[in-house]
Amino acid sequence: MILIHCPYCDEKRPEIEFVNAGQAHISRPLDPSSQTDEEWEAYLFIRANPRGRHHERWRHVYGCGRFFNAVRDTVTDKFETTYKAGEPRR
Amino acid sequence: MTRFSAFSLFAKALSGHQDWPEQWPDAAPKPAYDAIIVGGGGHGLGAAYYLAKKYGITNVAVLEKGWIGGGNTGRNTTIIRSNYLYDESAHLYDHAVKLWDGLSQELNYNIMYSKRGVMMLAHNVHDVQSLQRHINANRLNGVDNEWLTPEQAKAYCPPLNIAPDARHPVLGAALQRRGGTARHDSVAWGYARAAAALGVDIIQNCAVTGIRRGADGAVEGVETTRGYIASKRVGVSAAGNSSVIMQMADLDFPLESYPLQALVSEPIKPTFPCVVMSNTVHAYMSQSDKGELVIGAGTDQYVSYSQRGALHIVEHTLAAICEIFPIYRRMRMLRTWGGIVDVTPDRSPILGKTPVKGLYVNCGWGTGGFKATPGAGDLLAYTMAKDEPHKINAPFNLDRFRNGRLIDEAAAAAVAH
Repeated sequence: MILIHCPYCDEKRPEIEFVNAGQAHISRPLDPSSQTDEEWEAYLFIRANPRGRHHERWRHVYGCGRFFNAVRDTVTDKFETTYKAGEPRR
Repeated sequence: MTRFSAFSLFAKALSGHQDWPEQWPDAAPKPAYDAIIVGGGGHGLGAAYYLAKKYGITNVAVLEKGWIGGGNTGRNTTIIRSNYLYDESAHLYDHAVKLWDGLSQELNYNIMYSKRGVMMLAHNVHDVQSLQRHINANRLNGVDNEWLTPEQAKAYCPPLNIAPDARHPVLGAALQRRGGTARHDSVAWGYARAAAALGVDIIQNCAVTGIRRGADGAVEGVETTRGYIASKRVGVSAAGNSSVIMQMADLDFPLESYPLQALVSEPIKPTFPCVVMSNTVHAYMSQSDKGELVIGAGTDQYVSYSQRGALHIVEHTLAAICEIFPIYRRMRMLRTWGGIVDVTPDRSPILGKTPVKGLYVNCGWGTGGFKATPGAGDLLAYTMAKDEPHKINAPFNLDRFRNGRLIDEAAAAAVAH
């Protein structure tokens, strides 16, 4: 089990308090009707899935309940940093 | 290649089985091949074998970054079944089950395919309705599947707890009698040996580090840790690392890689006659010929290439196993491990051509690739040889994520593959 630092609670808590919410910094199209099929495919289905540095969202569901972003290495599972939603990509 | 037979076993027994020759050579890469398979698991080795055997392309190399069968082929729970809901999936997985039949004879290698039956438990009304729908859909597709009452399920698998006050009550079960298990390492070794005998080079410790393309964008060869190897046909069968390989050809894939865990108990005498799966509480189990209980746990929730999973995932599965099979409560677990599974958004594989000419892909099998090993190998070989997909794998193309023709087994099928 990994330990995750929640930037809102400012505490390192066990993974079972959190749910992973997938890749971070994917924004919903502002004008859906103007999107091409390729753009919809990229938004809905294409994911980075890197071997190494990965930006992802977590939700502290059994704590403060808030979403935040994290940078984690997918080979070592070590967190580089976590930061509040809305803050720029690190 | 020395053929295995009762006579050759007897003859070698006279010398204490000490002088068996190597079963296939440890090949070094040649400068060029007619076809290259990236990934020396069961799927990749199977593809190489069928390319040589059925489609006449024998100048083939299988490139494996570690040792053959050391990835998910050696890490799965060896379950074989084809009771998938949708027509496309039923045809795809049943193609594999038909090839499993007789594979030991074809390869002259005992892969220990045991049709001991795969039983899926229903614990609530929704499970009953869902499994019965599966049974009907399967039968319409020529896939055997039948409904068992709790008493019939108990008779088929005596360790099962069907008491009405059980934590996970059993309301019935779906049984596919043709389902079962096979010895996973033997599948890799059998395909490697048979492919090498037909002229295929099995090259281990050879990681692909780049894909070289010509001015027209078509594949010209691959860069590896053992030098450049030219080939106009490259098939990628790299499971959890498929996204990484596809990035080398500038292709973004709809895949995410997760650790999936399995574990085995200490070996005991035969007590468990079949495979039992419970998707609702996420536990599945069988007993190997060595005597270990082989248990499949779930995936971790985050993308990872670490090949290990978290203990709480295992704990969750074992809690369910202890409730469903109380006789195993005092068993000790011997080993746990993880493999990296590449999961698509619709939980169906991607098997066919890619937008890059000469580059073919077999990926996205997620948590359930082992059962499809011979079928996936055969269909990847067909697609590479003909430069077009077989009608069985045509629906499993990459375009479905753009045109919306998903094969959505995620919501409707047995989730614990």
